[in-house]
Amino acid sequence: MNQAKPQGTMARTFQALKKDPLGMTGFVLVCLILFLTVFAGWLAPHDPLEVDVHNRLSSPSAEHWLGTDQLGRDILSRVLFGGQVALKVSLVAISVAMGFGLLLGMLAGFGPRWLDRLLVAAFDTVRSFPTIMFALAVIALTGPSLNTVIGVIIITSIPVYARVVRTQTLALRERDFILAERAMGASTFRILRHHVLPNIAAPLFILASMDVPAVVGMEAGLSFLGMGVSPPTPSWGTILNDGYSYLRNSPWPIIAGGLPLIAVTLGFTFFGESLRDIFDPRLQGKDR
Amino acid sequence: MSDSVLEIRDLSVGYTTDRGTLQALRDVCIEIPAGKIVGIVGESGCGKSTLISAIIRLLAPNARISQGSIRFKGQDLLGLSSEAMRKLRGDEISMVFQDPMTSLNPVLTIGRQMADVQHRSPSPRKAKNARSLMMLERVGIPDPASQLDQYPHQLSGGMRQRVAIAMALMTEPSLLIADEPTTALDATLEVQIIHRLQQLQADFGCSILFISHHLGVIAELCEEVIVMYAGAVVESGPTASVFSNPRHPYTQKLLECDPARMPQPTRHLPVIEGNLPDLIDLPQGCIFSERCGQRIDRCLSEPPLLSGGLHRAACHLQTGEA
Amino acid sequence: MTRFLLRRLLSSLLVLWLADSLLFGMIHLVPGDPASIMLGPRATPELKAEFASRLSLDQPLHIQLGRFYAGLVRGDLGEDPFSNRKVADMVLEQLPYTLVLVLAAIGGASLLGIPLGCFSAIHRNSWLDRLTGVMSVAFIAIPSFIVALYLLLWLAVKWRWFPAMGAGSVGDYPDQLHHLVLPAIALGLGWVGYIARLVRASMLEVMEENHIRTARAFGLPERTIIIHYALRIAILPTVTILGLGIGSMLSGALFAEIVFSRPGIGRLLYEAVLGRNYPVVMGAVLVTTGFFVFCTLLADTVNALLDPRLRKEAGE
Repeated sequence: MNQAKPQGTMARTFQALKKDPLGMTGFVLVCLILFLTVFAGWLAPHDPLEVDVHNRLSSPSAEHWLGTDQLGRDILSRVLFGGQVALKVSLVAISVAMGFGLLLGMLAGFGPRWLDRLLVAAFDTVRSFPTIMFALAVIALTGPSLNTVIGVIIITSIPVYARVVRTQTLALRERDFILAERAMGASTFRILRHHVLPNIAAPLFILASMDVPAVVGMEAGLSFLGMGVSPPTPSWGTILNDGYSYLRNSPWPIIAGGLPLIAVTLGFTFFGESLRDIFDPRLQGKDR
Repeated sequence: MSDSVLEIRDLSVGYTTDRGTLQALRDVCIEIPAGKIVGIVGESGCGKSTLISAIIRLLAPNARISQGSIRFKGQDLLGLSSEAMRKLRGDEISMVFQDPMTSLNPVLTIGRQMADVQHRSPSPRKAKNARSLMMLERVGIPDPASQLDQYPHQLSGGMRQRVAIAMALMTEPSLLIADEPTTALDATLEVQIIHRLQQLQADFGCSILFISHHLGVIAELCEEVIVMYAGAVVESGPTASVFSNPRHPYTQKLLECDPARMPQPTRHLPVIEGNLPDLIDLPQGCIFSERCGQRIDRCLSEPPLLSGGLHRAACHLQTGEA
Repeated sequence: MTRFLLRRLLSSLLVLWLADSLLFGMIHLVPGDPASIMLGPRATPELKAEFASRLSLDQPLHIQLGRFYAGLVRGDLGEDPFSNRKVADMVLEQLPYTLVLVLAAIGGASLLGIPLGCFSAIHRNSWLDRLTGVMSVAFIAIPSFIVALYLLLWLAVKWRWFPAMGAGSVGDYPDQLHHLVLPAIALGLGWVGYIARLVRASMLEVMEENHIRTARAFGLPERTIIIHYALRIAILPTVTILGLGIGSMLSGALFAEIVFSRPGIGRLLYEAVLGRNYPVVMGAVLVTTGFFVFCTLLADTVNALLDPRLRKEAGE
């Protein structure tokens, strides 16, 4: 793992993945979700915003596979486009949070002791809020918007990444090869770039994969509360919100809005777990 | 034969591993006469632990008894159902384990654990506690009444081992198996415990299978001794005879390396050179041949058999009375 | 032991103080005038000024902060400017509903998860063990509001087994219990497999320990060994995780309260956010954060009490 060759690792990972049915299921689900979301524009049978008042809250039919909502909009198309919101949020939020987490974690792990303590205290403080409560407090100030949701997710996720990076950095810091490099006068930046980064890349990637469901769930949850994506933009959360209002008229919006969330959760979690077992046998349960 | 408490015949036990079967015990024969203390000596890895586990039938799941018999008071233990075997454990056969730090449950009080040992007795908890107190007194624990509410970590190592012995003798077993009970203790404590054990054995009249790598303790305590090496018995006989006139080169080396028996103190403890043979891929001839200083050609091709009368050894070189 | 707990208490208080200050800073340093935001665009300047003075918004920041801390110490969380009620009273009124919900969820999940974990540890690789393995990974990650919505849809609206709304009538315990079932399942379902997995892993570890071999060597019945000798130790790490889990449960409780129209602190917060009612938002978040930090501390304490070994180590 120390001197990982990219192609070798990819091939090895895939080989190992093939032997793990759950991990493979996750991988297939992830690919399927990505495909459906990225190509939503081609795949969606209708315009997700197209209103058809004569055909409200209908059950699934040949025309509308998942039925229609309270404005007669095609739910399947809304679900497909809703995936784009979820994907965008997770991509932006996770990459920014990971970037900051990497920076702050390395700083805490490699920097002076007072800085480490300060940063750890800051991480603990942010984590001491139940996430949704923190998000709502912020939204109370700024008003509901997708950008606020992304911002809150970034702030609350940074400590998660930073902690992992810090722990790994601290562990590496005392290792012989790093001490030797230091003795030879290598700069901290060089050590971080050439030794620490390659070593924490895999755990970070796995963490990110496992984090996707949390982020998607958070966006959907806040949109469900009417605090995220504003209508009429389709998002899995707003579909559920609409469905909740018309629950007694038609179950389809809720069924359709919940399924992709479950698929994303299972897909990324199984995939992430499997990757974790492949890359870091120390982390896995005693036998699996 | 009828006066033996335990009689093991040709016992072989193997562990299934990725590389093949690890033959941890091979053709082991051991007899423990009623009311006697028999010692087993050997380095770690000689198969002592496997032997104990086999006797009380608590072998690891990957272990397999390939041949032999273990008769306890004439009853074949290997043929017993696991339920029948469980009934014997902690009743007729008891154990004292090596490390008193870890062999008692850390989150239950001494009193609770001692009462649990009497789980077959129908008497109420009070009566069980009274018996526990009596036993604690007999193993020499001062102020036993206050110890019942203590947790194991609140006692010293020596006290804990006394508790363990008290627990083992609680049901007045016919056979007590003591697995290096004094190894974790310092020398003074060791002597105290050994004397206490001797006295208790005389009082209760049980047999003891005493396992140790400490030759001095074996010499002090045991009437008979069995020397094991790499999963086989290499020498056995009355303790005095084996220790004064060792016939197997391994026993000779063991005695040479015993710090208590060295003619003059040295800075470096002598050790037997070489390593244990690979128990998965055993050498063809004598198992000790690789490390033996007196090896002859025959040792490499033909495994020696245990031979002799009361004092037996498995070596091609052995001479003396038959 | 006392020193260990004292140190934990101090660090908890520090985190809580930082969190409260962060919250205060967020509300008071964000650009824009809280009074205008709260009252909306049509408020007259006079009304705004009166409102600001009632909330002490016209005072310098350090005085506001001082008053805020002084209030916190006295347990005073300020006043709801719309209803003129004490925020602390409003929060305390709602807190029991949330507590009951969270405890029911955790209790139910433990009641199912712990035996399941024991079973999985003893019958390793049985189909039930494999199933819990998959379940533990899958269910913990599924957002609890999805579970809540599906439960509502099927068990409350379609089959009408359980009520869809509210917490039941006051004083009628069976009715309250009936109302509690679905929200508690929604909240606790994910934890069943997770707890089972934790218990299983630590059971497997404990069953390898020497004292278990001793218990077996004394022929103790396997049941006694598992329940009294192994589980007592294996449960310890789970207690800590449960304490930490309460934080995510509080987030889930908010959704359960909204989906099932239950009273509770999550719902109070949600409505305060919708109404831009800062003092109430602040009070609700402060109390939940405090509760969360308290639970973490409690988990550590319980752990120390249950484990006599820890009692000693921490005491020395």
